[in-house]
Amino acid sequence: MTVLHPATVPASQPGPSVIPHARRSQAATAWLMVAPLLLGVCLFLLLPSLAVLALSFSDWKLGDSGFGFAGLANYRELFGDRVFRISAANTAVYAALVTPISVALGTWLAVLIEGSRFGRGFFRSASFLPVVSTTVAMAVVWEFLLHPTLGPVNLAIGLLGIPAQRFLSDAAIVLPTLAAIGIWENAGYVMVLVMAGLKAIPADLYDAANVDGADRPWERFWTVTWPMLGPTMVFVAIIALIRSIRVFETVAALTQGGPRRASEVMLYTIYQEGFMYFRIGYASALTVIFVLVLLALTLLKFRLLDRAAHYQ
Amino acid sequence: MSFLQLKSLSKSFDDAPVLRGVDLSIDRGGFVAVVGPSGCGKSTLLRILAGLEAQDDGEVWIGGDRVDALPAKARDIAMVFQSYALYPHMTVAQNLALPLVMRDLTRIGRLPLMHRLDRRVAATRREIQTTVERTAAAMGLAGLLARKPKQLSGGQRQRVALGRALVRQPRLFLLDEPLSNLDAALRATTRTEIVDLQRRLGITTVYVTHDQTEAMTMAERIAVMMDGDVVQIGRPREIYERPSDVRVAQFIGMPKMALLPGRVENGVVRLASDVAVARTAEADQPAGIGFRAEDLRLEPAPTALPLSGPIRHIEYLGSEALVHVALPGLPDTPTLVARISAQEAEAFSDNVECGIAPNLEKAHVFGQSGRRLTTAPLAPAYPNDAAVVETAAS
Repeated sequence: MTVLHPATVPASQPGPSVIPHARRSQAATAWLMVAPLLLGVCLFLLLPSLAVLALSFSDWKLGDSGFGFAGLANYRELFGDRVFRISAANTAVYAALVTPISVALGTWLAVLIEGSRFGRGFFRSASFLPVVSTTVAMAVVWEFLLHPTLGPVNLAIGLLGIPAQRFLSDAAIVLPTLAAIGIWENAGYVMVLVMAGLKAIPADLYDAANVDGADRPWERFWTVTWPMLGPTMVFVAIIALIRSIRVFETVAALTQGGPRRASEVMLYTIYQEGFMYFRIGYASALTVIFVLVLLALTLLKFRLLDRAAHYQ
Repeated sequence: MSFLQLKSLSKSFDDAPVLRGVDLSIDRGGFVAVVGPSGCGKSTLLRILAGLEAQDDGEVWIGGDRVDALPAKARDIAMVFQSYALYPHMTVAQNLALPLVMRDLTRIGRLPLMHRLDRRVAATRREIQTTVERTAAAMGLAGLLARKPKQLSGGQRQRVALGRALVRQPRLFLLDEPLSNLDAALRATTRTEIVDLQRRLGITTVYVTHDQTEAMTMAERIAVMMDGDVVQIGRPREIYERPSDVRVAQFIGMPKMALLPGRVENGVVRLASDVAVARTAEADQPAGIGFRAEDLRLEPAPTALPLSGPIRHIEYLGSEALVHVALPGLPDTPTLVARISAQEAEAFSDNVECGIAPNLEKAHVFGQSGRRLTTAPLAPAYPNDAAVVETAAS
């Protein structure tokens, strides 16, 4: 038998008073650890956002020494502004072209590359390259490719008997052209997300589908791949939508919103109002509207994801 | 001729052989368990049978047809997966119906709303629904048809998986560790359910498991696989009582059979301590000698028994006890485990010396290659052996 030495016996059970104290110190530690991030969020996210919101009610111009309260004047101007309406419509058309096509193309690429036996690494990198490359630098390449006289694209369509196009200066086709570049940029991004989704599908399900008689590629896709990708696809679609609404670099580098505002998009309008005409107050109001749209989409994403994830 | 035949199947993954010429045949309506440690190739064997994996060499025959070149769906087999592999976005009813939908409807007929447009499609859909309802009722899933797999318990999911496999009445039923995701109590009841179901339907069944209890209790015949080869096929009792290979002897049976070092010398099998165990016609060679736990009798010291040593540990199991005895008289001091009744075990305690009387007639002797050696009991009928028995006693 072991006889317990008094010293080894716990002096007392931790009393009820001990626990709240421990909890308090635990909470203090937690706050301490969160503090740096919280500080960052406040300094670089919350404060600037609030500043933008405040400025949107002012008439401040960059360089002015003082500014006055403008009330809702900026917002009133905004909804009457022809440029804003054009830019919002252009952004909507651009997003409507880029989102579905880049999602479909990216998904197709992902399924194709994951299903292929060789060259997977190469195709994966090649498709992802547009995402990691600098858009402004790539815009230079696109400018050359689409050049009305020297561009290889015009040479290629010339071989098909189609007359040369002024892709970036013809108001009728400038937006679709920019959308094509946007699709090229976004498809790789979609592809990588879908690939991650594909990897998460249990191989057993494909085996079961095989045994159950769904073994043609198309049947496998509809029986297993597509339904199992459901939550991924909701996420991917909304991310792609948000990315396409945020289009800016290609417009700024290639068309500056022209010709005749045919490629004017939201971010480019904000940029012009704020940094070309220095109308910070008006640009802030535009920004507020822009952020509200993105916020609404993000909320929609979370709502849909919660619902779509029901069978996971 | 057997209903299912595998002829010298072999398969390698990246030059690592997984199956090395497996032969196996099963009669119509038979229930064979393929058992072996993980990595022995049993799951690959099942996947080749199902048509989910192609063999490098060898033939698969089902019901007199060579099916090597047929895809899984054309082999008329059903399979239950360890993970159940239910389609999570489909209800129980849709899960059960899928194999029938794929088999009985054309690509056009499967399109949504086609049952509104085509009366034959509507009729087939109704038939499928009836079959699904009947299967669900038989599997005890009647009230769950509208649920999704996520809303089911583990046992219910398992039954949906079984139901989906059986709904189209396949000619071969393959199960890949179907019980390993269930808790112990449910596993025991499901074992009986599966056996009942198999007997009632009479479907030829191959059941892959690493769990010897499942194999022993469920199957009519067991195929023990080791390192990509079927080492022994036989009734559970045969496998347990006459393991043909030392790996089978040590894999089947709880506790694991301990091997005592020994040798064959002039037609007599001896332990390293010179105790004679059996007679044999085999050539002289080193040998491993094993006993099942229930073939060992214990006696408190002092004792004149040939094997003795201190008790290391007693495992009390309720009705019986497992007594671990170290044998310092043999090289490397092996440990033998004896199964005795709990009542008998009261006479023993840890670290106390005791003697072991093995039932020599039940000795399992394995030669250098691991193969079982044919032995005969040491019988005093042969006067020459009297000396042997005496040595044994000393």
